[in-house]
Amino acid sequence: MKKQRTLGHGLILGAFCLGFGIVLAISDSITVDDIAARALEDRLNSLSQVIPDNIHDNNPVSDAFTMKNERNKEITVYRATKEGKVTGVAYEIFGTGYAGEMKLMLGVDAQGNVLGVRVLAHKETAGLGDKMEVKKSDWILRFTGLSLGNPQPDKWKVKKDGGQFDQFAGATITPRGVVDAVRKGLQLFAANKMQMMDINASKTPMKEAH
Amino acid sequence: MSSQYKTIIRDGLWENNGVFAMLLGLCPSMAMTTSATNGLGMGLATAVVMAASSMLVGMFRNRITQEVRIPVFILVIASMVTLVDLFMNAWMHELYKVLGMFIPLIVSNCLPLARLESFAGKNPTLPSLVDGLFMGLGFTIALTIIGAVREIIGVGTLFADASLLFGPAFKFMEMRLLPTDTGILMMILPPGGFLTLGFLVVGKRMLDVRAGKAIQMGGAHSAA
Repeated sequence: MKKQRTLGHGLILGAFCLGFGIVLAISDSITVDDIAARALEDRLNSLSQVIPDNIHDNNPVSDAFTMKNERNKEITVYRATKEGKVTGVAYEIFGTGYAGEMKLMLGVDAQGNVLGVRVLAHKETAGLGDKMEVKKSDWILRFTGLSLGNPQPDKWKVKKDGGQFDQFAGATITPRGVVDAVRKGLQLFAANKMQMMDINASKTPMKEAH
Repeated sequence: MSSQYKTIIRDGLWENNGVFAMLLGLCPSMAMTTSATNGLGMGLATAVVMAASSMLVGMFRNRITQEVRIPVFILVIASMVTLVDLFMNAWMHELYKVLGMFIPLIVSNCLPLARLESFAGKNPTLPSLVDGLFMGLGFTIALTIIGAVREIIGVGTLFADASLLFGPAFKFMEMRLLPTDTGILMMILPPGGFLTLGFLVVGKRMLDVRAGKAIQMGGAHSAA
């Protein structure tokens, strides 16, 4: 008798699991294509902000390869080409902010000048550290056109540290992390220019946007 | 019958408010209330999940036995959260980009589970739906108020970025009440959350006392 009841409970729980499992599986299958399409749009969107349309005639999302960055972390490099020449690259850079790692996308042209920087993901304090998001302030736009020699290496810092970049009101650690990340990103490009600009570098087609 | 719904609604919004009376769901109500907009977004997403899961549990309440009710409740909540996450990501992507990070956090909120256990598991479908919905809306109101207080004192704005969450039509909600750089940073850091909640809970009880009501301790004792 006791055993039978236990079995009953198990069956009830199993039935609920099965039912919700089926519902979730169906929902997943009807949304999976839309979600992948949205993710691809997002990626294209953030890429088009750091690689201007007029310098490429290819699709940088599909013209991508992976390499190791200075911390031995695998990053994806998106390449802009025009008429068979590499005109610029975009890749993820990382900085340390007030609340952990910040992920940014850096676009660099063939001469090593910054085409643009955008924040992809961060956990900075809302209303304070998030002023590096382009929709909240134009702070991050000031990197455009800069390079490793402009400003001089000892000026690639926030003003508080003797550099030339404004921190924003109430937050120093976040901008310091961003400035640092951009400088390191440019150094990465300088050190690996041959590989990153090589038109014949092996292409790893994006399997799936995620 | 209608007085029953009135009680449910008043319980959810004020008397037995999830945050101010029962002190449940404190994790999201501390972490997500750095601005009024964030609080509102988190609250609304929670309300949708609570309404849906309460309705489902109310519907199946006679099939769920005592012994397995907790795993079933958790299963229901987790499934609803996943569904909201999937559908929003696919079809309301702009909203998802802002609210997306809040949605998985709903699973860790004990308020939906508490309502399934104490109400939806014992009541028919419709009252359960109403209870879930209004408990969720009460949660929304609480989070919005906490967020508003913290945002005003912390950065001097109110409903900043509401247009990013709900669309350009809501630009009118965005206000700057204090001049730039006058905010007290601590208010949008964790201590500010606890301070604000403490004062608001006291405020609610003072209003209740003034109205001549006995102070409802609700689940305050058991909420760990």
